[in-house]
Amino acid sequence: MSLPAAADPGVGAALEPPAATGRPRGYGRYALGKVAGSLASLGFVLVVNFFLFRVLPGDPARTLGRGRFTTDEQLDAFNETYGLDQPLPQQFLTFLGNTLTGDLGVSLRYRVPVSELIWDRLWPTLMLVGTATLFAALIGIWLGVHAAWRRGGPLDRISTSASLTVYSMPEWWLGLLLIAALSVGIGPLPGLFPTGGLRSVDADPSSLAGVLDTAWHLTLPVFTLTLAYLADYALVMRSSLLDEIGEDYLTTARAKGLRDKVVRNRHAVPNALLPTTTVVALNFGFVVAGAITVETVFSIPGLGLLATEALEVPDYWVLQGVFLVASAAVIVANLAANLLYGLLDPRVRT
Amino acid sequence: MSAGTEARRLARRRRAQSWRHGWREFRRNRSGMAGAVVLTLFVVMALAAPLIADADGLSVTRATGGVLESPSGAYPLGTDDNGRSVLTLLIWGSRISLLVGLLATVISILIGTTVGLLSGYFGGWPGAVLFRLTEWFLVIPFLPLAIVLATVLGRSLVNIAIVIGVTSWPGTALLIRSQTLSIKQRAYVDRSRALGGGHGHLLARHVLPNVMPLVFANTTLTVAVAILSETTLSFLGLGDPTRVSWGSMLQDAFQVGAITTGSWWFIVPPGLCVVLVVLSFTLVGQALESVLNPRLRERR
Amino acid sequence: MTGLLRIEDLSVTYRTEEGDVPAVRGVDLAVDAGEVLGIAGESGSGKSTLASTVLRLQPSSARVSGSVRVDGSDVLTMRWGELRALRWAGASIVFQGAQHSLNPVRRVGTQIAEPLRVHDPRATDDTVTSRVGELLEQVGLPAARAAAYPHQLSGGQRQRVMIAMALACRPALVLADEPTTALDVMVQAQVLALLSGLVRELGVGMVLISHDLSVLADMCDRIAVMYAGRVVEQGPAAEVFEASLHPYAGALSAAFPRVGDPAARFAPAGLPGDPPDPRYLPSGCSFAPRCSRAVDACREQVPPLEEKRPGHAAACIRVGEP
Ligand SMILES: Nc1ncnc2c1ncn2[C@@H]1O[C@H](COP(=O)(O)OP(=O)(O)OP(=O)(O)O)[C@@H](O)[C@H]1O
Ligand SMILES: [Mg+2]
Repeated sequence: MSLPAAADPGVGAALEPPAATGRPRGYGRYALGKVAGSLASLGFVLVVNFFLFRVLPGDPARTLGRGRFTTDEQLDAFNETYGLDQPLPQQFLTFLGNTLTGDLGVSLRYRVPVSELIWDRLWPTLMLVGTATLFAALIGIWLGVHAAWRRGGPLDRISTSASLTVYSMPEWWLGLLLIAALSVGIGPLPGLFPTGGLRSVDADPSSLAGVLDTAWHLTLPVFTLTLAYLADYALVMRSSLLDEIGEDYLTTARAKGLRDKVVRNRHAVPNALLPTTTVVALNFGFVVAGAITVETVFSIPGLGLLATEALEVPDYWVLQGVFLVASAAVIVANLAANLLYGLLDPRVRT
Repeated sequence: MSAGTEARRLARRRRAQSWRHGWREFRRNRSGMAGAVVLTLFVVMALAAPLIADADGLSVTRATGGVLESPSGAYPLGTDDNGRSVLTLLIWGSRISLLVGLLATVISILIGTTVGLLSGYFGGWPGAVLFRLTEWFLVIPFLPLAIVLATVLGRSLVNIAIVIGVTSWPGTALLIRSQTLSIKQRAYVDRSRALGGGHGHLLARHVLPNVMPLVFANTTLTVAVAILSETTLSFLGLGDPTRVSWGSMLQDAFQVGAITTGSWWFIVPPGLCVVLVVLSFTLVGQALESVLNPRLRERR
Repeated sequence: MTGLLRIEDLSVTYRTEEGDVPAVRGVDLAVDAGEVLGIAGESGSGKSTLASTVLRLQPSSARVSGSVRVDGSDVLTMRWGELRALRWAGASIVFQGAQHSLNPVRRVGTQIAEPLRVHDPRATDDTVTSRVGELLEQVGLPAARAAAYPHQLSGGQRQRVMIAMALACRPALVLADEPTTALDVMVQAQVLALLSGLVRELGVGMVLISHDLSVLADMCDRIAVMYAGRVVEQGPAAEVFEASLHPYAGALSAAFPRVGDPAARFAPAGLPGDPPDPRYLPSGCSFAPRCSRAVDACREQVPPLEEKRPGHAAACIRVGEP
């Protein structure tokens, strides 16, 4: 055609073939920045942790041991083991060293290392929250998309008010109601699900029957958490799709003669998914935090139940360990969300 | 001098006008109005608690009913495990739940607004440091931190409010920060800086009045979260052991096995009250937000 | 006679919370195959509304009456299937502001290919890829740019992509809605030259929308001038620009001197007052409040669009009067 290519200032550069090999440099820089930010957050969490458990209580051994030590020798031994008799900066270094080598102390109640305890209790929590997140994300996104696309329609009105209601509800109360209705049974109706726990006493966890038994035990808690998360995701997806609906590129897509459904799925949803993915990944970081009450209500031996049990004692080091893991989970999820966002959004990636 | 007072009077009148206009808009928002009505009922109930339910009904030793009696004429909502009327507990519990919620909100909004204003207003490193701090606090998961704090501080009504307050401010801070940034962009703040107003003057006279409506809307949303948090912390046994709140009622119910005995009257009403109050605060907050931000109005 | 595009008595009213906005009020226009019609008018005069109605792309808040025929079939009443087939294959649009008209998370090549695949389901990957390359080269971009994302392109390049996309299915009609606003002057000239070259080369009929009467004068066969949702003057391009009949068209041609005429560039071109708010139009001629030639009669009756010279119509009762 007529126009000399070089006339347009951008075109000359355009002649270079696009970077095709490896991940573009832009993403590497972006990712490095995010990793550095996460490390800084981790440092902050460690400081808070130290502050909460060793500075705030004044005399940690007395406050948090609460009547546990009958003799002064026991108290001294406790203090010495954890270096609580040293000056604060020294204590912080000891704390740092111990934490980074995975030494989180010994549980006062179970008398085993806290790190072992946490490792054991991690899996039920991951299973519970992972499954619930998966279901909630899939259903929530579906609901959000359809509600936003027909804004003000019946589905939108029902799902938005239902979401708001669930959002205003303590999820563990929902769990209590479900147990009352479906596990204990109402009137003549028998209970369909177990009232709690991860498996029946006589079940063999390695057999198929055992796996099904666990699934049966997890049904209600997963359902409870799914509902709780679902409300969140449906609202987020709805509002980010609504943000896209007025955009010009959707008019372009429509003008091209695409069906409404194709306009929605191929153009609007991928853009609206960007913020939603971030929220889902971020929320997954609150895995421990979110499981605390639901695990308590359904007596599932995960990290959450571990925390509430430790609360009764109070099991000083277990609480600290759970707090650390809970915060670290958020940071990791945060990082994952950012990295994912970068991968999904070409404006960041390239 | 006189020009200054004149301008101030004008500004005040314009603000009064916009409040009036806002109220008209708000009244048109049906769910917001419904929320406001429900809230009014609950507040009246909490204030009038001594008139409608005898405080003696809270005493375990002077309880007159049987253990977990189902609803009857004498006990419209049945009795708890100590033979107290659940209705009485519910009415008195509303006081603690609302009080802790409001107290926590005040703390949270104070910290959040201060940090947000300062980090938005001051560029350079002080603002950056505050912003970073906010982001870091956002990362710390609420419930574990609250549990730890409540354990460390001890269990009392004020402490639980403090715990909720100091863990829930970062959201507010981010919101206020972005609003402050955009106000700073607007010309008139620049102009009054050129005329030589100090930082304090600028913040108090120009920035604060403009972020106030947003703070106001955010407050109602924060109360909702605070009441939910109070319920959850009390349920976990971190509330004031000497007072009855909706959360502590549910803790009781859970611990004495009200579920297995099918004593629904001990489980359903407190939770329902929480849902109603939290939902109402949320609806009112959303209505306020949409009055203040027309862009949001279109989407609800 | 069917013609390529026939718009008859078209009115579009937006329903809003603040009341009805009559954006287009009784417009008649015609474009024949291979002809270029320019539409000029101030911001808010209803140009974009008109263009989007041609492909029934107006928002659902809009109430439309009148008729729009493309190749003889009525766009406003046709079934969805027919409408989808017409869109892009029969008539395509280059939207105002290419910044936002491209999907930010899809490669531009994919976006150009999309209508090709939709309107020809049997197209193979190879033919589509080579057609995309060909289109890009037609608008002066290397075929390899198909792999770029919109944010990697400059404003001018994005606009070229939009033009390539509009030509993809070889439509008989292209609607170009201010294809060059938001571009700097140099690039504007290039893109316009490209567009007019392609249109003539391919024999496409075009509706070119612009604020700028001088650009239209250079590129179009005929020009229609819109004011407050109405066509107030229509005629051969050069005549409308150089010997306008309606006082508003006169003000427009003074406001935008012909490109490359340094003397006229800074000519006093101000038109007093603001464009009218379509919700509160004055009675009679809607231009009267800003018109230096207005008389009492102007404020009483809406002047009809009448032929004042052969092929040149204007809606003004003062034409020919001193
Ligand atoms: N979706 C809408 N809802 C309500 N009013 C609208 C809508 N779109 C446009 N309008 C109004 O309709 C009138 C015509 O708008 P339109 O976009 O067609 O003007 P235009 O001539 O293209 O202006 P510009 O040169 O700025 O692009 C304006 O008054 C505008 O405010
Ligand atoms: Mg326009």
